[in-house]
Amino acid sequence: MNSRHSFLIGVSIFFALIMSLMPLPFSFEPFRPDWVLLVLMYWSLAVPHRLNIGTAWVVGLLIDLASGSPLGVNSLTFSICIFVTASNFQKIRNFSIWQQAILVGLFLMFYHLMQFWLNHFLMDVYFNPQYLWPVVTGMLSWPWIFLLLRKYRRHFRIR
Amino acid sequence: MKLMFGRTISLQLRLFVAVLLSIVLIVGDKYTEGSTTVRTSLNTLVSPLIYLANLPYEVFSFGAKSLQTREQLLSENEALKQKQLLQSEQLQQYQFLTKENQKLRALLGSSAKQANRKIIAQILSVHSNPYSHQVVINRGAIDGLSEGQAVIDEMGVVGQLTKVGSTTSRVLLMTDTTHATPVRILRNEVRTVVEGMGKINQVKLSHVPHSLDVRIGDVLVTSGLGGTFPEGYPVAIVTEINRDEGSPFAQVYAEPVAQLDRIRLLVVLWRQQQEIISSE
Repeated sequence: MNSRHSFLIGVSIFFALIMSLMPLPFSFEPFRPDWVLLVLMYWSLAVPHRLNIGTAWVVGLLIDLASGSPLGVNSLTFSICIFVTASNFQKIRNFSIWQQAILVGLFLMFYHLMQFWLNHFLMDVYFNPQYLWPVVTGMLSWPWIFLLLRKYRRHFRIR
Repeated sequence: MKLMFGRTISLQLRLFVAVLLSIVLIVGDKYTEGSTTVRTSLNTLVSPLIYLANLPYEVFSFGAKSLQTREQLLSENEALKQKQLLQSEQLQQYQFLTKENQKLRALLGSSAKQANRKIIAQILSVHSNPYSHQVVINRGAIDGLSEGQAVIDEMGVVGQLTKVGSTTSRVLLMTDTTHATPVRILRNEVRTVVEGMGKINQVKLSHVPHSLDVRIGDVLVTSGLGGTFPEGYPVAIVTEINRDEGSPFAQVYAEPVAQLDRIRLLVVLWRQQQEIISSE
């Protein structure tokens, strides 16, 4: 029974991974939301005993490998973000969807600034405000991800 | 809620372990050799993901191909035939010239150049780290690729291989901030270095003295120094020179010759065989 829940959560993360690697038209590329992090955040709020920092770390490593960033950057930032959501899941759960979206936006901002800082430290990249577009798009797509995944969770009774 | 008061490892401890492991990874990734088996197998692990993410694009481009009309195909075929005719004409000259070059080199007592091994690779269009310029190709360790090999397209230098998996590998483009290409100016053989700036259509020449003889429109070709890129491939064309006497160096910008934003097919070159320096 346990493995069925984890498997279904894994399937959703797998789809998010594919979505975040899929090619987009060049002009849409800077606006791509961080699907994987949003999905991980949802599960860490909904079922924090199943999905936790460990999973976030492993998925982050997969992202690092698949997107060619220095190893460990995404695992570090994912773990910290999921730590924040998982340790406050009871509070965040009680907010309305829009309030949640704003909070998620803050977390995403934190995630991207950490990402930038680590990449700056490792590869000398310079800041470009364009790097923060995914914060806005991620915030706007949170309600839809939330509703979709809630339907998914209720349909398959993932607890 | 099952675990509200349950006994598990605390979140703080988990976070501590995760952060520690990540730092070990980051440091390990930065300060170790790139071509170990561990890394190749790690890169191989995500290859299926990359192929899967590339699938929609393949489907679309296949669809577009099969919807092309007969006239389009015929005219494309005609254009390609003409191009091939022109190129084979040049090739006849080329063979003569290589013979002559070999003879001259023999007269000078320097070693003959050997032809490089090469392989054609296709780009898998997947999303990459937004902070760096890189593309994924459909060749890997199975085809004998290894880190540091030069990659070119039909126009000029594209970059070099960085992360090699067994069926996919990554090409670091020459416009990436961490990439530098040793070049010389074709017109007067002056050597310099081209650095990426993180812009897809601009690179800069590093540490150019004000007195350097460089003009707008100069073609920069690889100098062969450093051993990564074979000599003589076009890299960039100088587009902007800013000789501000107040700054220590002249600022010279160039535009890559290869069309880095629309590459599809690439050629991966093997390193030149160690040349034997004849003492006579």
